[in-house]
Amino acid sequence: MVEEIGSTADGNIILNVGPQHPATHGVLHLVITINGETIQKVEPHLGYIHRSIEKMCESLTYRQFIYVTSRMDYLSSHINNHACALCVEKGLQIEVPLRAQVIRVLMDELTRIASHELWWGAMAMDLGAFTPFFHAFREREAINDIMEETCGARLTMNYMVPGGVMQDIHPNFQKRVKEFIALFKSKVSEYNELVTGNIIFQNRMKGVGNLSAADAISFGCTGPTARGSGVSCDIRKLYPYEIYDTINFEEILETEGDSFARYMVRVREMSQSISIIEQLIDNIPEGDFQAKTKAVLKLPKGEFYQRVETARGDFGVYIVSEGGTTPYRIKFRSPGFSNLSALDHMARGSKLGDLVAMMGTLDLVIPDIDR
Amino acid sequence: MTIEALKEKITALFPAVTFEEGSQWPTVLVEPTDWHRMAEVLRQNESFCFDYLFCLTCIDWKTHLTMVYHLDSTIYRHNLVVKVKLEKVNPAIETVSDIWQTANFHEREVYEMFGVNFLNHPDLRLLILPDGWEGKNPLLKDFEDPINMIKL
Amino acid sequence: MWSFSKISKLIDSWLSVNFSSTWTMVIEMVIAGIAVITLFALLGLVLVLMERRVAAWIQIRLGPNRVGPGGMLQSLADTLKLLVKEGMTPDGADKFLFNLAPFIAMIVAMLLMAPIAFASDFQLWDLNIGVLYVTAISSLMVISILMAGWASNNKYSLMGAMRSGAQIVSYELSAGLSIMSIVVLSGSLNLNEIIQSQADGWWLFKGHIPVVIAFIIFIIAVTAETNRAPFDLAEAESELTAGFHTEYSGMKFALFFLAEYINVFIVCAIGATLFLGGWMPFHIGHWQAFNHVMDFIPSSIWFFGKTFFLIFLIMWFRWTFPRLRIDQLLDLEWKYLLPISMFNILLITLMAILGWHF
Repeated sequence: MVEEIGSTADGNIILNVGPQHPATHGVLHLVITINGETIQKVEPHLGYIHRSIEKMCESLTYRQFIYVTSRMDYLSSHINNHACALCVEKGLQIEVPLRAQVIRVLMDELTRIASHELWWGAMAMDLGAFTPFFHAFREREAINDIMEETCGARLTMNYMVPGGVMQDIHPNFQKRVKEFIALFKSKVSEYNELVTGNIIFQNRMKGVGNLSAADAISFGCTGPTARGSGVSCDIRKLYPYEIYDTINFEEILETEGDSFARYMVRVREMSQSISIIEQLIDNIPEGDFQAKTKAVLKLPKGEFYQRVETARGDFGVYIVSEGGTTPYRIKFRSPGFSNLSALDHMARGSKLGDLVAMMGTLDLVIPDIDR
Repeated sequence: MTIEALKEKITALFPAVTFEEGSQWPTVLVEPTDWHRMAEVLRQNESFCFDYLFCLTCIDWKTHLTMVYHLDSTIYRHNLVVKVKLEKVNPAIETVSDIWQTANFHEREVYEMFGVNFLNHPDLRLLILPDGWEGKNPLLKDFEDPINMIKL
Repeated sequence: MWSFSKISKLIDSWLSVNFSSTWTMVIEMVIAGIAVITLFALLGLVLVLMERRVAAWIQIRLGPNRVGPGGMLQSLADTLKLLVKEGMTPDGADKFLFNLAPFIAMIVAMLLMAPIAFASDFQLWDLNIGVLYVTAISSLMVISILMAGWASNNKYSLMGAMRSGAQIVSYELSAGLSIMSIVVLSGSLNLNEIIQSQADGWWLFKGHIPVVIAFIIFIIAVTAETNRAPFDLAEAESELTAGFHTEYSGMKFALFFLAEYINVFIVCAIGATLFLGGWMPFHIGHWQAFNHVMDFIPSSIWFFGKTFFLIFLIMWFRWTFPRLRIDQLLDLEWKYLLPISMFNILLITLMAILGWHF
């Protein structure tokens, strides 16, 4: 990499953005070629937080490996756990009690809001506005408190287990969630006043980082990144899991494909998640929170794939089993990895400041990319 | 398109392929030399239109490697799993990054983790592993790293 | 009434009684120098604390509240920390320029203190071309930034410096034209005379809408000139890590930091002097009784009150707005602010000739 430092013959400058840089939100390393302020090429160098989780999982049992997955996309750890639990359940053909399914969906949606809240604050910070970060954390803290009461953790929850959830919800859960919904609804207009409606913000976002629908599909972009380009890709709608097919919610689509469209998708998705929670919170059925499972889980020989929709997009767990207590091979299809691969295509020809905005709208979580 | 119709259509176009039963999606086994041509057809042909490669990975079966491609169509919403068997020694396969751009990064990951050589890949370098890891492929079953690896 | 001018006159008369006129001058200069440096340090401490408090208030948090009563001594503790920190010079840097740059920033900021009237009859240098002096010296600020960015031998620094160069040079024009509009109205380049011309009301109120426009343009331009958000492209934390002062540490960084706050203070003081009457109390035309009541508030309080109000305004901007992009920044200046202020100054000249102001 030594020869990459310095300037090239044609007057371009090669700039190392990261691995320690305020805008990369972790240890992402981008080697960018710039001409003045204009970006010619973006080349990601990954692996600064690569822990080889896939290899680790090969020596962990089907109960243990779920805990490792919380550490991948730590902002949607519930949903990661959920995917793994679903995949193991698919292999064992376990019927999950309805109560557990509802709790899981509630937790997923709370996680999605929390993740989008953090993204919203961090994204504004990338554009140089510090204040939204603190406003976003006010609501996110409320969700974290709910999580803490029920799951015992604030970030890496490990609440989903094969067969259901680890323990029943806290008696205060419903009350707290309703309080949170009221809080969120009263504050959401603040978001629009502070950021969305700001003229500088709109000028920075509109027409920047264009990604056409065809490119989004080809690059494997999913989640809000692709939905901002008008690609319908919500796994909750297309391949429903748990009780998502019985819930009434809308898949948010924007067609512009620029940074602002991606921004709007995420902001509007938060309201959809609130609507899902509102539909379920008073209708948590009575019953078991966990199905009866054997102490040692053994998946039959075969291959199992489960796709779920995390806050960042299509997260897939691919388990190849040889019939033992540990998986033979696990592949985690992380949404961030594919979304990042589109960054070079999006950023070429735009200004350095826009690169930061684009990275913000991709909502990159580095441990999710590196795994 | 139903699974049966899909299978029929693929068999009609590529008589050499075989199907594997017992998983949630239709699974087709392809020879490495046929793969790129077939991928083009799967992507371009209007009745398939597999435009979204959502997962690309490799499995080390100790005796051989298997490339696994998970395909989805954003128009018809049907899925297909393509498996390609590769040699254990010097595995090589044609790249599909010219067909699905997402394959670029995924193939680089498989290259460094499994040592699969993707022919005609535009930029086949290490992506995740640091410099100096060429030739050492951590996700292979026979990989040994006495310093960093913790046996559980 | 207690006032700064009385104290200064008292000292002056005491010195002239006891010393020869040369020595009086020398001692007065030393006193003035010490006073400016003290004010400098004090302003730095107060403004940093104020910034953090304002930020905390806007960001629904508490801000510094541990060191001293209510966190008052936080910036003193920070200064101490910066003083004992190692000031590193990067290997490939141009050592001389690298070490010189922060001092240039400080010297420029100090020079700008000279013509400012802090209270009635309390001024270091009653310069008859005060306005010209301020505009001329303030454009030297860019030299220290360019020097720091170039000498650091860091690409981020260099980009920050180039951005800052483009930005300061552009916004100088609008700021200059806005200042000129008041010069046209008051007919003087002397800051004291400009203040005196506002004895029957501040220019912001006397000058109708054109002066309000000039004032708004002035505030935007000086925010850009002092490199503060939303125009902090030279630092642009999320893009260029810290821009031109990426490589600076310890006290050398602190000097840049201090110079930034002093510059903010000075441009706000100039703004307060030109548009809000400086130390002049709030007077309305010939309402003698009202004006007399206002005169009871000491002139220094009027001056610092107005200045700190403008500083608060600039801090408010910083914690509210996202940053502009470099091309949008230059668009704003060359396509909007400059034409508007050129037209505006024509209008104001017409107003001044025809006497259409109060």
